[in-house]
Amino acid sequence: MTSRLPLPRLISLAVLILLAAVPLFLAPFPTDMLARMLIFALLAVSLDLLVGITGLPSLGHAAYFGVGAYTAGLVSMHWTAAAPIPLLAAVVVAALAAGATGWLAVRSHGVFFLMLTLAIGELIQQLAESWSDVTGGDNGLYGIPAVEIGGAPIVLVGYVYWYVLAFAVVGFLVIWAVSRSPFGAALRGIRDNEPRMRSLGYSPFRYKLAGFVIAGAVAGLAGGLLSVQQRLVTPPDLGFTVSALALLAVAVGGAGSLWGPALGAALVVLIRDVYGPDLDGHGTLVLGIVFIVAVYALRNGIAGLASTRFRRRPDRTHTGDPTQGTSATIGSSESSPDGDIDAVDNAPSAKP
Amino acid sequence: MSALLELRGVSKRFGALKAVDGVDLDVEAGARHALIGPNGAGKSTLFRLVSGEMAATSGTVILSGNDVTKLSQVRRARRGMAQTMQHSSLFLPQTAAQNVALAAQRHLGKATWLLPRRQRAVDARVDELLDSVDLSQRAGVAVSSLSHGERRQLEIAVALACEPRLLLMDEPAAGMSRAETQRLTELVIALPREITVVIVEHDLDVVFALAERVTVLHLGQVLLTGSPDDVRGSAAVQEAYLGSSNRADLFAPTPPPDPSEGHPVSNLLAEGAFHSGENGREAPS
Amino acid sequence: MTGWFADNFVSILNGLAIGSLLFILAVGLSLVFGMMDVLNLGHGALYLIGAYVGYQFAGDVSSWAGFLTALGVAAVFGIVAGLILSLATQPLIGRGHLDQALLTLGVALVVAEVISIIFGDDVQNVVAPPGLNSSVEVLGNTYPAYRLALIGVGAVLAVVVWLVIEKTSLGALIRASVSDREMVSAVGVDNRKVKAGVFAFGSMLAALAGVLGGPVYGARTGLDETVLLLALVVIVIGGLGSVRGALIGALLIGQVESLGRALVPEFASFMLFGALALVLIVRPRGLFGRAGAA
Repeated sequence: MTSRLPLPRLISLAVLILLAAVPLFLAPFPTDMLARMLIFALLAVSLDLLVGITGLPSLGHAAYFGVGAYTAGLVSMHWTAAAPIPLLAAVVVAALAAGATGWLAVRSHGVFFLMLTLAIGELIQQLAESWSDVTGGDNGLYGIPAVEIGGAPIVLVGYVYWYVLAFAVVGFLVIWAVSRSPFGAALRGIRDNEPRMRSLGYSPFRYKLAGFVIAGAVAGLAGGLLSVQQRLVTPPDLGFTVSALALLAVAVGGAGSLWGPALGAALVVLIRDVYGPDLDGHGTLVLGIVFIVAVYALRNGIAGLASTRFRRRPDRTHTGDPTQGTSATIGSSESSPDGDIDAVDNAPSAKP
Repeated sequence: MSALLELRGVSKRFGALKAVDGVDLDVEAGARHALIGPNGAGKSTLFRLVSGEMAATSGTVILSGNDVTKLSQVRRARRGMAQTMQHSSLFLPQTAAQNVALAAQRHLGKATWLLPRRQRAVDARVDELLDSVDLSQRAGVAVSSLSHGERRQLEIAVALACEPRLLLMDEPAAGMSRAETQRLTELVIALPREITVVIVEHDLDVVFALAERVTVLHLGQVLLTGSPDDVRGSAAVQEAYLGSSNRADLFAPTPPPDPSEGHPVSNLLAEGAFHSGENGREAPS
Repeated sequence: MTGWFADNFVSILNGLAIGSLLFILAVGLSLVFGMMDVLNLGHGALYLIGAYVGYQFAGDVSSWAGFLTALGVAAVFGIVAGLILSLATQPLIGRGHLDQALLTLGVALVVAEVISIIFGDDVQNVVAPPGLNSSVEVLGNTYPAYRLALIGVGAVLAVVVWLVIEKTSLGALIRASVSDREMVSAVGVDNRKVKAGVFAFGSMLAALAGVLGGPVYGARTGLDETVLLLALVVIVIGGLGSVRGALIGALLIGQVESLGRALVPEFASFMLFGALALVLIVRPRGLFGRAGAA
């Protein structure tokens, strides 16, 4: 009766091989664009851990992305560009930032959480603009040295791409592993019915905070990779638009599926950065329209379409298959009796 | 046998309303204790005060000799309190098995692992529990596709997965058919004595089949605690039910109405239920 | 104390002017959210529309005709936009409030981009109408007359909205909807019409705020994000669905933005976030929010 389809595994492997081979047959510009796509895909996937798996819709996730980018840039400029130190620094600092802000943010739910994260994102962007001594203010950090492996700077686009790919895969695997772990199952439980989780003995705050930090850390990793690819970090890189586009990528791709948001992010980069110049830099307009259409037409995003086509058989290991039956729309609070406008997770709610 | 659960002067006010008013209650370990009362008596509120979902305005809740009044619902759950909810509270998009697994994995201490792992112990326990509630065939079905009765059964499996010492059941038979109620009753009767059961119910057939002790609540206060027979024979309890405008179940199975008895309302009287003095039979309304 | 007061008088007045503007902007957002649980992330874009309408009609020359035209056109835009948004979010009602919020986000992006295409990215000015485009003497300080007028307009609007909400049957309906939406529809009121009406009204106010704010903030890209955040902070602090809350929240944030920036410029940004955080910790429903409003 058990038929564990190897199809997803095969597809993943094929995609990985294809991605690895890219510099061998693509010209530098497309390769560079693909590197950007990988970076934003990683950002979107890290956001999906929050949005799709934990049910926390963040509109400020680019903050940790930016923190990672600035950290990696600063470390490269002032200390060392030897791989993977700037990236490690990016992850650590982003995780700390996520911990410090998440401690407050995860006490809220639904649209309150949305607003709080929006405020946090704006705050960090303002910080980047005003702390000019460190961040270079509005001009940002420019002239970031290339990452060095064994003392040699990696300058060729193809090698940069491989560097980005390697760490993007690492980041993706981290999120994937967490999502399939018992911890990830708990996050889904919190998403689907937080009050029930409390009555089962789970402390939702701790889980959400841990999830928030992990998501922030991986976003920081993506940011560190941005500083490698772009050699430049400016305040808009961690601004509201990036956060909004990341959230849109998750929604269009299909919250909770992980690979859907990766595709969604690739689409965003494609439209905005690849075709953007042809559209006078107004790729965001097309994106907005695409998104509006997607909200109506694709209830569960691209991943939602795929899962109706390739419906899996029930899995023997009950703990192992998180995608089974989960239709994780962003607003999936159907089973939560509290609804999502309860502001803060404080004392037990007074329901007579 | 010492009391597993003790309530001392537990009260809850909402502004001027005293939903629960100075409730004293002892539940012995291994007991099958029912909580009944007309609508608005404060049963569900009391339940929430015991589980910790709501904080009491005053009074003490003691579990196994430890004062848990100040503890959150989460901490109380970790001390062995589990519950089934009046309105099924499950994880809708997830499968029946995943629902039970969430409860089981926490109890088996696996809930914080960050890496995917095959959890044989959890899987085995899930299979066992689903089997005990007759849901093995539906293990891989999403809760949103389960029938009402199946969800109620799953609710119990989830609660049992917590290996509770105290199981609180809030109207488990609500909305169930006769057959389903029968199955539920058998299930609860079959539970081991390590689990103490406190059950809130309106369906008095269930109550009298299961309960060894019954507490009657009225207007937030304890009217009577005693054996099922004590409750059946109590005039005060009848008055409490008569006084409320709600038509609750009768204290005994309803025979078909006898048209010769006159007023249609009195056709709801039960044969040989209980008497209220010489005025003939009265029914709780 | 008088000395400090006198020194910071201008900042305090600025705070009142900003607060006034924020109230006009935020009250509609708060009502829509409180009544319908719809978070309109396009609210800032509505302000932006108003700002650019202001630029279009009153950008170069100080004239009452231009200014009033701008107000009128912005009002129409606002009402239409509100009705469209109300319609657009209707099919999403069963899907959770966040899907609706995200739809409005998409709309906001589109609107901001369209404006950017039409008007470009330069910072534009809006000129106050004659009679108000000069400064007056207030307690020994010179202060722009327009901002005083703005404070006045905000005060008048606050009174008007309060009267409607507290004293009319429409207001009673709105208050009831904020308290208990299901009950209102059970009583037989057509929720959709009320929702469309409130959406239209709130959006109109947002667009008007854009025109009114023109002489103070001008018109530029990115203003919609800034303004949206401020509006959200105001309504969260004030409490969703509460007009009183929107007023108090707006006045408070107005002072934080003005006095705060004047006194401690390095920490000004943090103060905003800090105020939000403080309120959410101490009073999660906001200062005047309804407990259990869902």
